[in-house]
Amino acid sequence: MSRISARFEALAGAGQGALIVFLVAGHPTPDQCAELLRSVADAGADIVELGIPFSDPLADGAVIQAASQRALAEKVTPAQVLEMAAAFRAERDVPLVLMTCYNPIWRFGVEEFARQSAAAGVDGVIVTDLPPEDADDWIAAARGSGLDTIFLLAPTSPAARVKKVVAVATGFVYCVSRMGVTGARDELPPDLADLVGRIRAETAKPVAVGFGVSRPDHVAEVCRLADGAVVGSAVVSLIDREQSSAGLAQMVAGFVSELKEAARGLKAAGPGP
Amino acid sequence: MAAQRRQSETADRTHFGPFGGIFVPETLMAPLTEVAAAYEQAREDPDFQQEMQAYLRDYVGRPTPIYLCRRLTEHCRGAQIYLKREDLCHTGSHKLNNAIGQALLARRMDRKKLMAETGAGQHGVATATVAALFGMACDVYMGEEDIRRQALNVYRMQLLGANVIPVDSGSRTLKDAINEAFRVWMAAAETTYYLFGTAAGPHPYPTMVRNFQSVIGREAREQILAQTGRLPDYLVACVGGGSNAIGLFHPFLQDDVRMIGVEAAGRGLATGQHAASLAAGSEGVLHGARSKVLQTPEGQIRTTHSVAAGLDYPGVGPEHAYLQSAGRAEYVAATDAEALAALDALSRLEGIMPALESAHAVAYAMELARELPPETVVLVNLSGRGDKDIGEVQRVMAERDE
Repeated sequence: MSRISARFEALAGAGQGALIVFLVAGHPTPDQCAELLRSVADAGADIVELGIPFSDPLADGAVIQAASQRALAEKVTPAQVLEMAAAFRAERDVPLVLMTCYNPIWRFGVEEFARQSAAAGVDGVIVTDLPPEDADDWIAAARGSGLDTIFLLAPTSPAARVKKVVAVATGFVYCVSRMGVTGARDELPPDLADLVGRIRAETAKPVAVGFGVSRPDHVAEVCRLADGAVVGSAVVSLIDREQSSAGLAQMVAGFVSELKEAARGLKAAGPGP
Repeated sequence: MAAQRRQSETADRTHFGPFGGIFVPETLMAPLTEVAAAYEQAREDPDFQQEMQAYLRDYVGRPTPIYLCRRLTEHCRGAQIYLKREDLCHTGSHKLNNAIGQALLARRMDRKKLMAETGAGQHGVATATVAALFGMACDVYMGEEDIRRQALNVYRMQLLGANVIPVDSGSRTLKDAINEAFRVWMAAAETTYYLFGTAAGPHPYPTMVRNFQSVIGREAREQILAQTGRLPDYLVACVGGGSNAIGLFHPFLQDDVRMIGVEAAGRGLATGQHAASLAAGSEGVLHGARSKVLQTPEGQIRTTHSVAAGLDYPGVGPEHAYLQSAGRAEYVAATDAEALAALDALSRLEGIMPALESAHAVAYAMELARELPPETVVLVNLSGRGDKDIGEVQRVMAERDE
């Protein structure tokens, strides 16, 4: 069983939702990011997503675009991100997922990227602009290296696509809560329960919800519906605001533990051990 | 690499050999699928085709003529140079052919609003024009750098009733306008039709735009046969995203005719300041399709340079990447300076001022004609007129003369 699946199973047993925290690799600087990875994990993130910056990300809103540009200005490369992953893995056991667009992976070499990711201790990869129809090569490479292939579903994904996507998704299914780009929002969409229900009807695999999940109360609400909540832009914004503060890592850790508190204990406790 | 080859063996109508496809976030899958399905229906519908033909004739002004450039030919002392006069289309470029087709599709899909990206502003003007024609709202996304270079077209779009929305991310040119337009469309697709301007992007755009632009090649083929009794030896067209080139080339694919796409060599291919994705790029995935792109060794998209805003794009339509890999078309590049010299020559010798984009095709055609015997026929797609560029040409020439 993959590290990601094991984590979801353990959390389900304990009646908890998974808190998934997204960071942009190398943001605000590579050194600060390495420290942030550790403190996010120690503060209770159940899974950490690390974004490999890409120059032209179609799915990202202003906050993550700007953070990615910052990281690119720091000359962060996919090879360096793999080194960061390996350094993290040497010290922490928290599941680690890479998230990026297809071009950096394509350019790296699909099989080589999968092999080196697995060797660095990465557990799964989300390729945001790679739907299953064009993903045969990637899926084969990831399976060959034992990486989970996490695919996305959206409110407009019809039933046939839900079936197709959940069939190739491993680790978890990433449910995009709303149409549009990543970014913090005040409210969760009203039809989220229906969307999660439509996905649940097709699969027993864990479902995590992201895009616009920004606050502890959002996380609590999402974890009542789904198996996990992904918080990205809200964390990246906090890092932006506090990047020159000496207490950056503690401040981010504080926010992450509030989010984790919200993900914990709100579900009815499962029958676990 | 075995795994990377396998994909081409499962190629279907969404691909051109190994190129093309649909590389987009899941949130764009439903809108793209809907456009593709509506287009497939419209394509088979005689009423749709008839209405489009009527607009192309009565509104766009088709057919556009082909014209033998006697003085330019004399000047080059070689092959006969013919122009396909897309500059004579209403709004001043070939862009309106595609805009009419897609606006009719948008109306059929019951969308009340159009959105578009634009580089040189020609596609933005074409979209603003059809929005006015069909009584639709219109938002045009345009990079801030292009807004500066193409002030006249910005004002034209505004006069036509469109909102021009400045894009300040990345290199502030066409690629960033496309990124932003796709991001906005994700959340707006239920009410808004994205009228994509070139034969690039995810399926169905490369196929649909090519089909709407193929009227160029169909007419040109008939016209050159009627006037000269033979097919041309060479077709020459400029390539940014590649819509005017694929529109000219496609109806000649089965013929024994050489096809040459001319990209922007900017300040020279060796300087790295260019936009020649086919001549100097490598395979990659950008804006929803696998094609040739200009990128760093790590797969980041490079910033580009061309004096012609409409060519200033680090990617290219996937069918061109396919035609290049199959050896069916060749792709070369002309520099800023060569394009300006060609603009000057065509203006003075024929009284035709080409768009800076089209001037790249003219530049290469002149070079080619010089090396060919006089019985050879070179047909150049003059994709747009140069009025929009007067300010920029004046500025660049003044800089050069300093």
